[in-house]
Amino acid sequence: MNLLDPRGPVAAANSTILVDSVFIMLVIVVPTIFAILAFALWFRASNPKARYQPDFVYSGRVEMVVWSIPALTVILLGGVAWIGSHQLDPAAPVPGTGSPVRIQAVSLDWKWLFIYPDQRIATVNTLTVPAGAELNFQLTSSSVMNTFFIPQLGSMIYTMNGMVTRLNLRADNEGKLQGLSAHFSGDGFPDMMFDVNVISPLAFPDWVASTAKSDAVLNEDSYKKLMQQGIERSRPTYRLEDPRLFDLIATQHIPPGPGPELISAAGRSHGGGHDAR
Amino acid sequence: MLGKLDWSAIPFDQPIPLVAGAVVLVAILAVLIWVVVKGHLPYLWHEWITSVDHKRIGVMYILLASVMLLRGGSDAIMMRIQQAVAYQSQGYLPPEHYNQIFSAHGTIMIFFVAMPFVIGLMNLVVPLQLGVRDVAFPTLNSVGFWLTATGALLVNISLVVGEFARTGWLAFPPLSGLSYSPGVGVDYYAWSLQISGVGTLVAGINLVTTVLKLRTRGMNYLRMPMFCWTTLASNLLIVSAFPILTATLAMLLLDRYLGFHFFTNEAGGNVMMFMNLIWAWGHPEVYILVLPAFGIFSEVVSTFSGKALFGYRSMVLATMAICVVSFMVWLHHFFTMGAGPDVNAIFGIASMIIAIPTGVKIYNWLFTMYGGRIRFATPMLWSVGFMVTFIIGGLTGVLVAVPPADFMLHNSMFLVAHFHNVIIGGVLFGAFAGFEYWFPKAFGFRLDERWGKAAFWFTFTGFWITFMPLYIAGMLGMTRRLQHYDVAAWRPWMIVAAFGMAVLTIGVICQIMQLVVSIRNREALRDRTGDPWDGRSLEWATSSPPPVFNFAFHPDVRGEDAYWDMKARARQQSFEHDVPEYQDIEMPRNSPTGFVCAFFASIMGFALIWHIWWMVILGGIGAFATFVVFAWRDHDEYVIPAEEVARIDRVNLEERRSLVSMAGAV
Repeated sequence: MNLLDPRGPVAAANSTILVDSVFIMLVIVVPTIFAILAFALWFRASNPKARYQPDFVYSGRVEMVVWSIPALTVILLGGVAWIGSHQLDPAAPVPGTGSPVRIQAVSLDWKWLFIYPDQRIATVNTLTVPAGAELNFQLTSSSVMNTFFIPQLGSMIYTMNGMVTRLNLRADNEGKLQGLSAHFSGDGFPDMMFDVNVISPLAFPDWVASTAKSDAVLNEDSYKKLMQQGIERSRPTYRLEDPRLFDLIATQHIPPGPGPELISAAGRSHGGGHDAR
Repeated sequence: MLGKLDWSAIPFDQPIPLVAGAVVLVAILAVLIWVVVKGHLPYLWHEWITSVDHKRIGVMYILLASVMLLRGGSDAIMMRIQQAVAYQSQGYLPPEHYNQIFSAHGTIMIFFVAMPFVIGLMNLVVPLQLGVRDVAFPTLNSVGFWLTATGALLVNISLVVGEFARTGWLAFPPLSGLSYSPGVGVDYYAWSLQISGVGTLVAGINLVTTVLKLRTRGMNYLRMPMFCWTTLASNLLIVSAFPILTATLAMLLLDRYLGFHFFTNEAGGNVMMFMNLIWAWGHPEVYILVLPAFGIFSEVVSTFSGKALFGYRSMVLATMAICVVSFMVWLHHFFTMGAGPDVNAIFGIASMIIAIPTGVKIYNWLFTMYGGRIRFATPMLWSVGFMVTFIIGGLTGVLVAVPPADFMLHNSMFLVAHFHNVIIGGVLFGAFAGFEYWFPKAFGFRLDERWGKAAFWFTFTGFWITFMPLYIAGMLGMTRRLQHYDVAAWRPWMIVAAFGMAVLTIGVICQIMQLVVSIRNREALRDRTGDPWDGRSLEWATSSPPPVFNFAFHPDVRGEDAYWDMKARARQQSFEHDVPEYQDIEMPRNSPTGFVCAFFASIMGFALIWHIWWMVILGGIGAFATFVVFAWRDHDEYVIPAEEVARIDRVNLEERRSLVSMAGAV
């Protein structure tokens, strides 16, 4: 999940900006640290060679320089930030080969549901995408906030109930990646890791076809079962009954997921839900 | 009768909090019994608990912060061990416990360690530096302290009665809403912050007024020591930011208690608004903490370099620039919530702009050292350690202010490493530097240098060993608040960080040892001159510890570095000015208002958490009645006769004269 080993154009651009910014700053930070240590050592009281200048307490030239150095650095970095924010806006499309793949991601307590409305399938905790194609994400949450993040593909974005956020990514190489939730969401939060299978664009239709044969059907009822708090170890796949399911969730036609199931009266009185496992 | 409270609130099945709670309880009881048996209770009551002396209140703030530092530090140790062992396993802490620990750790470290520590130092030092006898509102000052202590008490009660929040230290809804956090944890969190928040706000009002209205003759704004400037800036931020926190938490509490829908998923609530509001307080908050630390470093670097602060006016400008700009950057905490590129870019650049005055400060400290004659006493070590550490924290801070970089680093371990880098490397190092520097002023004896230096080196290296691995883990995609994980690449770094935590712990032990050893050797370490470091500002012009009235005469300030100036003149004139004519001094009377008010506030807070409504009313009436009684008081001052002032001051003058003549001889 190394951020410096990007597998898509967004992550590549993000990490380039990250590395460049660090180097721009190191240019002034390293000499400054060096000067701090050098001055501190040289001007120690026990060094007879150092000249004591108690009246050196103001110098217009020095002030000029010390205001300019950070200011110039910030101007340079500010430019990077301005251009970078616009070029890498998560909502901006990322052109790719072939037709874009629309994916609707829903964060549940505590698993990820990925709906492919055009393919009429859905998966849990496994995201399968074709290499090279534009990935067009719409994201929402069934209950609490989460953040959708595949480190090696780049930018993360929040998922929130009753709202839709947008994110565009592209995976360039086939292989297995990992994704996670980057915003704490409760007891099962650490188990919100998901697999990302980047497969060849030729294999993608086959995968879709085989998934569409799934016995399990995703509709309002099965979704409501899925959104109960808990961890999903098996990675079920579904045939999608109603391609508008995501809209029903995002517009709260399906009400937000329930909180913890209270184990007992005692649990209700103070502890709330207990063990997530 | 007891609302939601019953025996199931005590976690008999969880040994760790129960044992910890029992140990703390036994320790508190033992101390109490010792105090009562030895007959110290009247002394404690008259000299400390009801004291409205800013120095005593400052010391009590720092004591509170130190005790809570041990609590927050234990949480940190537990978290680092958990993440070191919880690879492909559940570790030793189940999620419901681990989640409380990281929430409590953050809450305690910010609100009950960093805040009281810096407020304590400001209380102790600022009136002395301004050359005045007390703060603007002495009794309010005591109320502020005791309300902060109430908040700390409630947080600690949650350890054994009920639970603490499991939501993180900012308790974001909807997770912190009633649907997803039905327990009392979030209520403990919110009420303790509401009560201590009132305390912080009155402390802020008090210190702003003190700096603006109470300065000795000749102490105009551009002659104030740097620490007074940063105190002013920091408290202006408190006064403007803390009401936002109070309002935000009030709305959250309305959601939880009365079924409002400010931040719920349903009925038009807006969860993003909570994040917006809490960070509108939260970002100024970090400058509230770090500005006083900058002030401490300015004093320390200048004193131990034997030079006035380089570019004083430039530093004042930088301080006030940080004060203003820090209010305009809060949005960088949620670049990844879907704001457009213009908004992200503007707030990213605004955040970077803060780095300019901060950078200027670093360079001015650097040039203060240039041409100096630097003595590496412990406070100076902390300061140089700070400069090196803080620059790296600043670098990573500017990095996460670049939106595209933040898109990858938001909420990651990289971020965790960044804010620990600036809060430990900035605020905590500053607090320790100030503690070592002003301890002789507060207690009349210096701290042991050997243990102090050991504490610095262990803390300094421990910090780097703990937090550099977290930067790396963040670069490997690791997010924060994971109770367990399955990614092999993260594990080695978690183990190194746990080892670093052990080194940090040794640092803390050295600090405790330093205190013990110094108290034991206090006669040898006694400072009779009141000026152990060859200081430059007015706090060193009085004895250590200062008399209750601080100064027999209001000092006459003729320039920057007032006391340095006086010493120089005294050397030339060998102190041959007229024997002064002493006068009666009026000082504020002690008052139990703060303690009694906080006692009722504690009852009310606890009752609110557990829905014990009759007790809420009782506590509310009690707290209000306390104020009414105080408001109708007849005598609020007492007089120290001139002879008494003269007797106290002559001792101090004698010691000081011998100091000056000795310095003259050398």
